[in-house]
Amino acid sequence: MSSFLAPIRMVGRGALQALTAVGRAGYLGTDAVRALRKVDLWGPHLVPQMSRIGVESVPIALFISMFTGVVLALQASYTLTGQVPLYFVGALVGKTMILELGPVLTGLALSGRVGANIAAEIGTMRVTEQIDALETLAYDPVAYLVTPRVLAGAIMFPMVVILSIAIGIAAGWGTSMALLDITSTEFIKGLRLFFDPWDIQFAAIKSITFGVTVTAVGCSFGFHTRGGAEGVGQATTRAVVISSMIILVLDAFWAAVLLS
Amino acid sequence: MSIKMVNVHRAFGEKEVLKGFSLEIQDGTTTTIIGGSGSGKSVALKHIVGLLRPDEGNIWVDEDNVSRLDQESVYRLRQRVGYVFQFAALFDSMTIAENVGLGLRRMSDFPSEGIPDRVEECLHLVDLDGYGERLPSQLSGGQRKRAGLARAIATKPKYILYDEPTTGLDPVTTAVIDELIVRMSEELGVTGVVISHDMKSVFRISDRVAMLYDGVIREEGTPDQIQGSDDPIVRGFIEGRPELMEGQQT
Ligand SMILES: Nc1ncnc2c1ncn2[C@@H]1O[C@H](COP(=O)(O)OP(=O)(O)OP(=O)(O)O)[C@@H](O)[C@H]1O
Ligand SMILES: [Mg+2]
Repeated sequence: MSSFLAPIRMVGRGALQALTAVGRAGYLGTDAVRALRKVDLWGPHLVPQMSRIGVESVPIALFISMFTGVVLALQASYTLTGQVPLYFVGALVGKTMILELGPVLTGLALSGRVGANIAAEIGTMRVTEQIDALETLAYDPVAYLVTPRVLAGAIMFPMVVILSIAIGIAAGWGTSMALLDITSTEFIKGLRLFFDPWDIQFAAIKSITFGVTVTAVGCSFGFHTRGGAEGVGQATTRAVVISSMIILVLDAFWAAVLLS
Repeated sequence: MSIKMVNVHRAFGEKEVLKGFSLEIQDGTTTTIIGGSGSGKSVALKHIVGLLRPDEGNIWVDEDNVSRLDQESVYRLRQRVGYVFQFAALFDSMTIAENVGLGLRRMSDFPSEGIPDRVEECLHLVDLDGYGERLPSQLSGGQRKRAGLARAIATKPKYILYDEPTTGLDPVTTAVIDELIVRMSEELGVTGVVISHDMKSVFRISDRVAMLYDGVIREEGTPDQIQGSDDPIVRGFIEGRPELMEGQQT
């Protein structure tokens, strides 16, 4: 009986831990917003963080979206052949990249790259008492460490996502011309058929929330790290798992709220 | 004006570390806290600057009740207190000079063009001339510790809390740091709270010595009083004779 209940208990405990993590990240995120008025503390760190979180994430984001674009085009043509005109490939690639795969895949990739990086860095600062040292030098660690990261995430995620979308569509386009006998004109015709400028805004809104999530969760796990190197490792893993989960939940949430 | 801890209780989970800790530190004096490893000396020190909050009891620094202050007042209080961390706690993404200058940049009344000179002066005081441009990872443990000390004294605080400033240093460097602590107190009138395991240092630098045992201050007095104590716990500790401490009721 108890062995039968064990998995259920484990799921329950996992869910509870996840909820606690979400609560803590939300709390810290609110503090970070409140610390926005301490511009002298976070101001100097904003641009370096934007570069670390955004610019340095561009290669991985482009790599992912390029291959996604290629696969989307091939799958679309495989599915549509004989049923509908092939220029619908353009419509499918564009719509899917913009609405779903651009934001979500980039978000997940960056939760690994950016979230883990932040959690490890701040976690190390916590266990080596560097955060306490900031406090004793009268630096508010939330304003100094969290605010610039969350702000940089909110600004840079949408930019990286929009770049990914563009590259994904371009890759789909190239694939269509090279492998699928679809002309450039046809692809663009399909692309424009269902295009709605609102879709880009939708992607941007989603990406902003993903950026805030990944950075706030990373900071929060870093801040609450306990123990030495092992604690930092644990914080890093959990930050990635939890922010990936939240990204998927948010994705469904935004679809339900903004698309229906 | 002084530091006053009154009946401070603090537990971590089930583990009670401070169980009614009271200690008063007069202005201009250097008080050393001694006590076994894990007895809660660092925990007690962290309460003074509000890095930890008591479960019960009060901590006064000048007129401020630290545990009742709002966040902004705590930061203002901390500008009057320098803290030397047991394991240095240097910011590893910054050079030694940036570490030492960080507190100064936060002081609105300190001119920023004066920072490099002040940093150099502090590095000289801890015998780290020429190390300003290095990263903490390029320093030895003892050098890092001294850099942490330089960072704490840079802002010329009124109070300095030293968490084992000489542990792990060689005898000569230890004497240099002891000398520095005495000079801070005599020349600048700094009030010091020192945690130390080195009995020779303790009696060299202290005006008062307090022994922490089982969550409370077991005995407090001048170095002579402590050395002449007839409490077996205190005697056993400073003489390094555990057999005296055994079987004693706490
Ligand atoms: N943040 C914390 N969370 C949980 N327990 C803690 C924390 N800080 C300290 N403790 C516990 O409190 C006790 C006292 O720790 P403290 O660091 O004050 O010892 P100490 O007297 O400074 O010892 P040492 O001389 O070895 O530095 C220890 O048992 C430690 O495990
Ligand atoms: Mg200690």
